[in-house]
Amino acid sequence: MSEIGFFSFPGAGPLWLSVRLATITTMVLILIGTPLAWWLSRTSSRWKSPLEAIVALPIVLPPTVMGFYLLIVLGPYGTIGRWWVDVTGETLTFSFTGLVIASCLYSLPFAVQPLQNAFESLDKRDLEAAWTLGASRIDAFFSVAVPQSARGFLNAIVLAFAHTLGEFGVVLMVGGNIPGETRTISIAIYDQVESLNYGVAHRLSAILLVFAFVVLLFMFVINRRWQRS
Amino acid sequence: MSAVTNNSPTVDIRYALRRGVFSLNVDLDIPMRGITGIFGESGSGKTTLLRCIAGLETRVTGKLVIGGDVWQDHARNVSRPVHQQEIGYVFQEPRLFRHLSVRRNLEYGQQRATAKHALIAFDQTVELFDLGPLLDRSPTDLSGGEAQRVAIARALLRSPRLLLMDEPLAALDSARKNEILPFLDRLHNELQIPIIYVSHHIEEICRLCDHLLVMERGRVIAEGDLQSVLVRLDLPLLSGEEAGSVICGTISRYDDDYDLTHLAFSGGELLVPGRIGETGDKRRLRIRASDISLCRHRPESTTMLNILPAIIEDIQPSSGPMLLLRLKLGSDRMIARITRRSCDKLALQRGDELLAQIKAVAIRN
Repeated sequence: MSEIGFFSFPGAGPLWLSVRLATITTMVLILIGTPLAWWLSRTSSRWKSPLEAIVALPIVLPPTVMGFYLLIVLGPYGTIGRWWVDVTGETLTFSFTGLVIASCLYSLPFAVQPLQNAFESLDKRDLEAAWTLGASRIDAFFSVAVPQSARGFLNAIVLAFAHTLGEFGVVLMVGGNIPGETRTISIAIYDQVESLNYGVAHRLSAILLVFAFVVLLFMFVINRRWQRS
Repeated sequence: MSAVTNNSPTVDIRYALRRGVFSLNVDLDIPMRGITGIFGESGSGKTTLLRCIAGLETRVTGKLVIGGDVWQDHARNVSRPVHQQEIGYVFQEPRLFRHLSVRRNLEYGQQRATAKHALIAFDQTVELFDLGPLLDRSPTDLSGGEAQRVAIARALLRSPRLLLMDEPLAALDSARKNEILPFLDRLHNELQIPIIYVSHHIEEICRLCDHLLVMERGRVIAEGDLQSVLVRLDLPLLSGEEAGSVICGTISRYDDDYDLTHLAFSGGELLVPGRIGETGDKRRLRIRASDISLCRHRPESTTMLNILPAIIEDIQPSSGPMLLLRLKLGSDRMIARITRRSCDKLALQRGDELLAQIKAVAIRN
């Protein structure tokens, strides 16, 4: 993706790429994270704790460690990477698709944990009431569980999006620094600093700083309003 | 009425379930019409039984046949998921969906109803439960009594073929209870589906129910029509302070001077304070066992209004200070609680004909 008309300042390309990456990652995470969080919130299986630990790993693991393993697995000689080359003829590493996969893993806990918390605090009795009123399990999930977990969904979306937008280490390891393909905003900032372009670095950093503050402010305001009602 | 139909006129309920030390084991038929009360102490399995019927309990084996239609028969692998059973469930708590308005709560079950004909129309339900002013409010703004009214209406709009009510008044104080009871009376009069009403309040049961089951430790220990179960002397649960009987009568006249209603029944006429209805109306009276006293001869002057001839049908032996007697007045039966001393002093025996002095209380119906 090259510089777009109305976004034609230095660093606009990486910013746009980051937004695209964060949006796609968030959508994928809501799709995958919702059933996973639902299962984790309901199950009494002995696999619950190991799975919870795996989901939480990206929070504590240095991004370079995660990035390193992903580079190996997604690389053309890794299990997933080789299969991908066989199927599509392209490599996953140093590509946008590979970046999406890496981001999904990296931001997984930020989507799953708020959802799981929301589902766990649901009143199971409301679901029973929905079933006795003629709602199937799926119907009751969408008509009762989801609306009553709206706050959890909002938190999951905001956190997954913001966390993906700011990722650096994993992108650098898995994606490298290809303009329009894998050069995200945080990589671009690093680049500009390396080449002593402090002006551009300032501008991009300020955008991220303001964005992060606005997002968090929005979340805290919404949460507070919800708590009151 | 057609001569023979395949539909058996009962709800056939059989369940067995074990959970730790508790086990449930019931096999019963309840009538397709009217309200069947399930009475028992907490922990006797009343709620568990309702949950089995609704399909909310897993790991249960049993059978549910409603008017000839087999809804569950686990031995033959017949079972329906909860949402496909046309059962309305009113829980102890209203369980309204707080993210929906009252109107949307009511519509929730209505939109998902599978019955060909609605049991009751939306507007009729709103009128029956006086919900008009509440429709656009949020469930979080309702009082306990209002919320429970919405919950009952919501269950009805699902057009169930069987309505289960699990102590719907238990969480309410007595003022709120009295606010809801008249609505339940209307339910009784207007609905053509079987209703199972669980309660541990005998007063509620006496007011609302036509049939009565008594449960103890997961078993049904007595079943039958309300009046005949109430006058059994062998049920410890029904022979405590709350012991009493129910009489159905017809209002014969109202005495304006003294503000008393005369109510005729098979054993004579009972006078009840207040105007409890119009001439010709049928009313239920609850007569507590401790509100009956017995005498051999008609007292010359007494403050008791009702003195009627009665025959002693049975005496429950006791070693305590009090004992219970079953009396027959016309074709109706009542139970009386007297001291063992009085019983001995008057040498009361089965078959004795004497006079019962009765204080009766009307229960609106």
